[in-house]
Amino acid sequence: MADMHRTRQARDRFNFLWEWANPVKFMWFSGKALPWLIGLTVLTMAVSLIWGFFFTPEAVNFGSSVKIIYVHVPTATVAISAWFMMLAASLIWLIRRHHVSALAARAAAPVGMVMTLAALATGAIWGQPMWGTWWAWDPRLTSFLILFLFYLGYMALWAAIENPDTAADLTSVLAVVGSVFAFLSRYAVNFWNQGLHQGATLSLDKEENIADSYWIPLVIGIVGFMLFFVTLVFIRTRTEIRLRRVHALELRERMKDA
Amino acid sequence: MPELGKYASAVLSSWAVTLGLIAALIALTWVQSRKAKRTLDEIEARRAGGGS
Repeated sequence: MADMHRTRQARDRFNFLWEWANPVKFMWFSGKALPWLIGLTVLTMAVSLIWGFFFTPEAVNFGSSVKIIYVHVPTATVAISAWFMMLAASLIWLIRRHHVSALAARAAAPVGMVMTLAALATGAIWGQPMWGTWWAWDPRLTSFLILFLFYLGYMALWAAIENPDTAADLTSVLAVVGSVFAFLSRYAVNFWNQGLHQGATLSLDKEENIADSYWIPLVIGIVGFMLFFVTLVFIRTRTEIRLRRVHALELRERMKDA
Repeated sequence: MPELGKYASAVLSSWAVTLGLIAALIALTWVQSRKAKRTLDEIEARRAGGGS
């Protein structure tokens, strides 16, 4: 009896979470959260970027090029995380049919795509003086390029299909398939142990980790870029919800006129 | 401005590309958001005026 009660309590708590998938509740909650999110994003990004650019020392082997990690690592981290967020939102759509989750996945894609492009570009710019080449068909770089193409394909698929539910279904399947490359973008180095790209810049292993003077601003930067991602996804999801409402009202007006 | 030595062009171009892309993304998001809000406000005002 006590077990049943506990199970019901846990289920009720879980159901409470789903209520936030209601568009009205999401608009209310995101409207309240956005000023705080914007403030925290600006603060953390400003601290990390100013610290990283102006106050970090040159590295022994890399000279001042070490400053590129403050834009490369956070953009790459968001690029991969954004796809996993889209995967989670897509699975919620496929299983629970919550429209807000499908719209949130759609809203995240351009942000993830831009972050992937920034990571690819800064990686190439860093690779030229360090490796002597802009590009190599290294496992991690190649997975990242494929992830970028998946972002483009995902956005194109949403734009190409008129029925929003069909578009959400098909893009969700694409998000599941693309998650393989998001995973490989992060772990390809560990699997194949080959190619030019080095291992993790940040690690729980103290021996492997970069020096404190570099990693503190880098960790703040990753937090800042993650907050930037969440902020933009909130704003863009609000836009998608409004556009969905516009579409519904226009349809209603047209039916009334007919 | 810190002394960037022989990697100055690589560092500055990396930062310029990233900050440029971020600025473009913010601008696009802001424009799309304003446009969607304006359109929805207009339709809802029209509906309220029409009594439906």
